[in-house]
Amino acid sequence: MRYIKEFRNPKLAKKMLYSISDKLERDISIMEVCGTHTMSILKNGIRDLLPRNINLISGPGCPVCVTAQSYIDTAIELCKRDDVIITTFGDMIKVPGTYSSLKIEKALGRDIRLVMSPLDCHEIAKQNPKKEVVFLGIGFETTAPIIALSIYKAKNENINNFSVLQSIKTMPNAIKKIVIDKQVNIDGFLCPGHVSAIVGVKPFEFLAKEYGLPAVIAGFEYCDIISAIYFLVEMINREKYEVKNIYNRIVKYEGNKKAVSIIDEVFTNSDSIWRGLGNIKNTGVELKEKYKIYDAKSKLNIKTVHNDIHKDCLCGQILKGIKKPTQCKLFSKVCNPSNPIGACMISQEGTCNAYYNYGIR
Amino acid sequence: MCIAVPAEVIEVYEEEAFVNFGGVKTKVNTCLLDNLNIGDYVLIHVGCAIQKIDKKEAEHTLKLFEGILKD
Ligand code: SF4
Repeated sequence: MRYIKEFRNPKLAKKMLYSISDKLERDISIMEVCGTHTMSILKNGIRDLLPRNINLISGPGCPVCVTAQSYIDTAIELCKRDDVIITTFGDMIKVPGTYSSLKIEKALGRDIRLVMSPLDCHEIAKQNPKKEVVFLGIGFETTAPIIALSIYKAKNENINNFSVLQSIKTMPNAIKKIVIDKQVNIDGFLCPGHVSAIVGVKPFEFLAKEYGLPAVIAGFEYCDIISAIYFLVEMINREKYEVKNIYNRIVKYEGNKKAVSIIDEVFTNSDSIWRGLGNIKNTGVELKEKYKIYDAKSKLNIKTVHNDIHKDCLCGQILKGIKKPTQCKLFSKVCNPSNPIGACMISQEGTCNAYYNYGIR
Repeated sequence: MCIAVPAEVIEVYEEEAFVNFGGVKTKVNTCLLDNLNIGDYVLIHVGCAIQKIDKKEAEHTLKLFEGILKD
């Protein structure tokens, strides 16, 4: 068992798709929260294979897309300092700030290095003792324990020229904010598999318990996703709502306790600003007092200015499934993948980007 | 960005392991997992093994799928 091709079975997918269209009794909207699900849905053409009366909505599950513009502006300001090396995941460098992007700054010769893991920054810090190595720490619960680990290890190993400009985000309350929005009409959720791998099933149970919404935690191969939709349709028809975990090979009910405990060791909960959705209570983290010296913001005394996003950008409504990209007057004209204006156009996981690249109407 | 991929563990050290990553031998951090053995499959995300893959549960899910197939 390699855990990939076993979950790619065209015969099974076909059967499930037929069964979904037989069973479906009305129009339904399903939100896939995670950007990796969005990518897999697009790559496998699942949207086109589903019956017309299933509307898939891509939620705010791409961490790069939802990172606030002010954060990018701060990173850009930082990279101009001669005593700073910026380290980042590759996806971040295209994201536009107000006047520039890290990609442009890198081309201008600033020391911006792409890393595979925050843990790689320690070596860079050791090799450059006179510089401050600042890691752009973005991500959801999946990435949070690894960023926490990089901070924890830096403290243990006495690495003092490393810090994190973090904008880690946490999912459950962001989903809750979407659910309670009166304009939003979602019948079920495809919950993020790799966020759940860390936090477990419990943080998503409110969907069924408090709001009577079915949810399925699923993996990322096409049979995982189609079967998740199959079970969602089944729950909707039977009016029996629960959070079903069909990614048990990875997701334990209690998650990964060791990962959660390292998050709790280093971080405490806070509010966070989401590009397109604004400030949401309890959807972010901040470093605990004991680790504050690894917080780039306080260490380097950074003040952030908050810039508004473009007034015509509809990202906020698109992330909630209220509007479609084609309803935005900037779509494909002013705003396109090489000149993204809003969160949804930035990364391949974004809805506007997908509409542009895959010609969805 | 939460993309994570399965890989087979081929060598185990104290806080690190080597995994077979699509035919390439890659070093990953294993601080977030306990009791790792050679031959285990793990899920890798940004240089770190974040969860062991449970073979029994995987087979269970495939059975569930087969159930739908027979439906
Ligand atoms: S097309 Fe661009 S400007 Fe319009 S909603 Fe999408 S990201 Fe925002």
